[in-house]
Amino acid sequence: MRHFDKEIEHLKELLLRMGAMVEDQINESIRALLERDTNVAQRVIDADTQVDQMELEIDQHTIELIAMMQPAAVDLRFVAAAMKITPELERIADLAVDVCERAMELNREPALKPLIDIPRLARMAQDMVRQSLDAFVRRDPVLAREVIARDDEVDLLTEQSFRELLTYMLEDSRNISRAIRLTFIGKYFERMADGATNICEMVVYLAEGKVIKHSSANES
Amino acid sequence: MTIMEFVSTPAPATASRIGVEPQPAAPTKIEVRNFNFFYGETKVLHGIELDIPENQVTALIGPSGCGKSTFLRSINRMNDIIAGARAEGRIAVAGQDLYAPNVDVVTLRRRIGMVFQKSNPFPKSIYENIAYGLRIGGTKDRRVLDETVERSLQRAALWEEVKDRLHSSALALSGGQQQRLCIARALAVDPEVLLMDEPASALDPIATQKIEELVYELKNNYTIVIVTHNMQQAARVSDRTAFFMLGKLVEYDETRTIFMNPGQKLTEDYITGRFG
Amino acid sequence: MNATQTTMPAPATLVKTDRRILDKFFITLLALSVVIIIAILVVIIGNIAIHGAGQVTWEFISKPPRAGLTEGGILPAIVGTAALVILMSIAAVPLGVATAVYLHEYTPAEGLSLAWRRFRVSKGLPGRRKLFVRALSALLATVTRSAVANLAGVPSIVFGLFGLGFFIQFVGRAMDRAMQAPGEVHWGQGSLLWAACTLALLTLPTVIVATEEALRTVPQDLREASLALGATRWETIRRVVLPGSLSGILTGAILGISRGAGEVAPILFTGAAYYLPFLPGSVTDQFMHLGYHVLILSTQSPDVEATKPLLYGTVFVLLALTFLLNLAGVIIRMRTRSRAR
Repeated sequence: MRHFDKEIEHLKELLLRMGAMVEDQINESIRALLERDTNVAQRVIDADTQVDQMELEIDQHTIELIAMMQPAAVDLRFVAAAMKITPELERIADLAVDVCERAMELNREPALKPLIDIPRLARMAQDMVRQSLDAFVRRDPVLAREVIARDDEVDLLTEQSFRELLTYMLEDSRNISRAIRLTFIGKYFERMADGATNICEMVVYLAEGKVIKHSSANES
Repeated sequence: MTIMEFVSTPAPATASRIGVEPQPAAPTKIEVRNFNFFYGETKVLHGIELDIPENQVTALIGPSGCGKSTFLRSINRMNDIIAGARAEGRIAVAGQDLYAPNVDVVTLRRRIGMVFQKSNPFPKSIYENIAYGLRIGGTKDRRVLDETVERSLQRAALWEEVKDRLHSSALALSGGQQQRLCIARALAVDPEVLLMDEPASALDPIATQKIEELVYELKNNYTIVIVTHNMQQAARVSDRTAFFMLGKLVEYDETRTIFMNPGQKLTEDYITGRFG
Repeated sequence: MNATQTTMPAPATLVKTDRRILDKFFITLLALSVVIIIAILVVIIGNIAIHGAGQVTWEFISKPPRAGLTEGGILPAIVGTAALVILMSIAAVPLGVATAVYLHEYTPAEGLSLAWRRFRVSKGLPGRRKLFVRALSALLATVTRSAVANLAGVPSIVFGLFGLGFFIQFVGRAMDRAMQAPGEVHWGQGSLLWAACTLALLTLPTVIVATEEALRTVPQDLREASLALGATRWETIRRVVLPGSLSGILTGAILGISRGAGEVAPILFTGAAYYLPFLPGSVTDQFMHLGYHVLILSTQSPDVEATKPLLYGTVFVLLALTFLLNLAGVIIRMRTRSRAR
C-alpha cells in the first residue's frame, strides 16, 4: 500500500473513532434522560472535551494531508468531506451535552409525564447518526439518501411532541418549566438528525462528486 | 527584509501539537558547520549550518542555481573532480570530518552513495552493474555476489521485474527501471547515507511515484538526502526540508512546518510560487 | 472589375518546375560523382584481378623467387610483410592507446590557457600548488597533442630517413658499441626491428587520435557513476572506459595498421631487401616486403615482359591482404559493438 493510502486510512480511523465517541455520547444522553440518572448526565458533559480534542486532531491531520500529499479526485473529496463532517459530529456531541444539561435540570423535579415521543425521536436521531457514519465508511450514496429522506419523519415527530407538550403547558402553569425543557430536548434531537443529514450530503459528494445540499429536493 | 539580509537559522526542537505524536529527536548523521564552497574565486555556498538526522529523508529545495546540488555533491566530495573547486568548513558524517587532510575520498564514497539525475547504468549486464561496487572492493566469491545482487534489487523494488534476465544488458530497461537499477547499484556497497540528485526528474509520473515510494521505504535503513526542484515531491517524501537560495540556507525545519507555516517570508514566497 | 485576378502571380506549375529542374540537376551531378568513383575503383581492381588472380597459384605464394626475380613465388615477401606488421602493431598500439588514455583521462580538460589563468588568479588562496600542477599537466598535454598532429603530417620518406639516422645509426650503433665486440655490426643495420619502429612512429598519430575519439564517446556520467561507487580513476578506466570504447580503439588500431602495412618509403632504408635467400629468423634480420617487391619488380627488373605477370600477382596479393585486414577490422568492430549493447 502506498504510504499516502496509509495516511488516508489513518484519517478514516480517526473519524470513525470520533464517530464512535459521538454515538456513545448520544446513547448515554438518552439513558440519562430516560433513567433520570444525573451521574450519567455528568459523565457525558465531562466527556465532551475528548470529543473536542478529536476534532482538533482531525483538523490538523486533514490540513497536513493536503499540504503534504496533494490529494486529487476522490482522495481530495474524501479529505474535504472529512473536514466538513468533523464539525458536524462535534456539534452533535454538543447537542448531547445540552440534552444532559436539561435532563439534570428535569431530575430536580418529578417527571412530568411518561415519555413516549421523545424517546422515539431520540432513537431515530441516534439511528440516523449511526447510519450516516456507516454510509461514510462504505461510501454508500444510496444509504445516505435514505437517511436524508427520514429527516422529514423526524421533523413531524418533533412537531407532534411539541404540540403534546403545549397542551400540558396550557393545562397547568406549573408544568411550563418542565414542558419547555422537554421541548428543548426534542429540538436538540431534531438538530442531531439535521446533522446526520448534513453528513449524508457529504457522503453523496464524496461518492458521486455531486453537491446536493441546499437543493430543493432536500428542503424540509 | 531584503534578500541579502536573511540569515539561516537551524530549526528548534519539534513543538508538540495536538493529535500529533512528537517525534523523538533523531541522532544526527551529518553535521555541517560553517561550510563555504568556491568555484575558483566565486563563492557559491555561504556559511551553511545544518544537522541532518539519521534514517530520515531530508530534502533540499530552492530555485535553479541556488547551490543545492553543489551542496549535495560536497557531501560525498564529488566536487573534487571539478577544476578549481574548493571547500571550507566542516562536514562530518557520524562524527568524522570529511574534509580532514587524511581522509581517503575513495573509501568515503563507499559509505556515502549517490544516485544521479539522469540514470547512468554501465553498458554491462544488470548483474554486473550491481556487482561493480563489490568487485572493486575485492569481493570475488560468486555466492556473496549473487546474494548481494538479489538483496540490492529487492531493496530497490526491482527484483521481481528483472530476476529472470539478470545477465541481459542494463540498457534494455526502461527509464524508471534504470533509475531503480542505479539505486540498487548504490545500495549494493551498503552505504550509510544515500544522496539523490533529482532522481525522478527525468521520469514519467508512474515511475516517479515508484521512486518516491522506494525512498519512503529506504529511509528505515539509510539516511537519505534528496535534491528536488519539485516542491510537492519534497512535501510528499521528506521528513525535513532545507530551503536554499543564492548559496545560503534560508530555512531548515520539519517538512510539515515548511509547507504549512514557514518561518521566513522568502520560504513562503517560494513555496507559494511567488518567485523562482 | 476583377482586380484580384489580373494581379495574380503566374500559375504555380511553372515556378515549381524551375526549382524541380535545379533539384534534379544537382542530384544527378552527385550521383554521377559516385558512379565515377565506383567506376575508377572497378577499373583498377578489375584490371588487377583479371591479370593477377591467375597468377596466384599455390606455388606462387609458397615459393621464393628465382631466376633474378623473373620466376617463382613471393613467399619471403609475404612472410616479411606479416612479420613487419605484427612487430609494428606490438610497438604502436599499446603505446598509442596508453598515450591517448593519459591525454584524455589524466590531463585537465579545460586546456592550457584556462588552466594557466586559474593558477594566476589564485594568488594567496589555498590549493595554489594543485592548480600549478594542473597547469603543468595541461602544458604537457598541449605539447603532446601538437607533436602528434605534426607527426601526422610528416611525409613517409622523412620517416624512413629518421629511421635510418636515429634508430640505425644512433641507437643501433650505440647498442653495438655497448654489447658487441668492437667493429662488429649487429644492431646498427637495417632490420625488422628498426623498420617496425619506424612504421610504428608513422601509425602512432592515427592510433592516438582514434583512441581519444573513442574515449570521448564514453559519456562523462558513466565515469561519475563509477567514482561515486568508490572506484579510483584507474579502476574506472579499466572497468568502464576502456571496455566502453573498445570498438573505437580497435577501429583506430586496425586503421593505423593497415595504413602502415602498405607504406614503402619508411622501410626503404631501414631494412627492406630486394632479394633474400632465406626467411627472416630474428628481429635483427632484413626482410622482403610485398610493397617493396612491387617497386623492385617494376623498376629493377632485367626482363620487363617476364616480370609483368609476377607484378600483377604481387599487387593482387597485397591488395587482398589489405582488404582482408580491413574486413577483419569491420568484423571485430561489429562483434565488440554488439557485445557492448
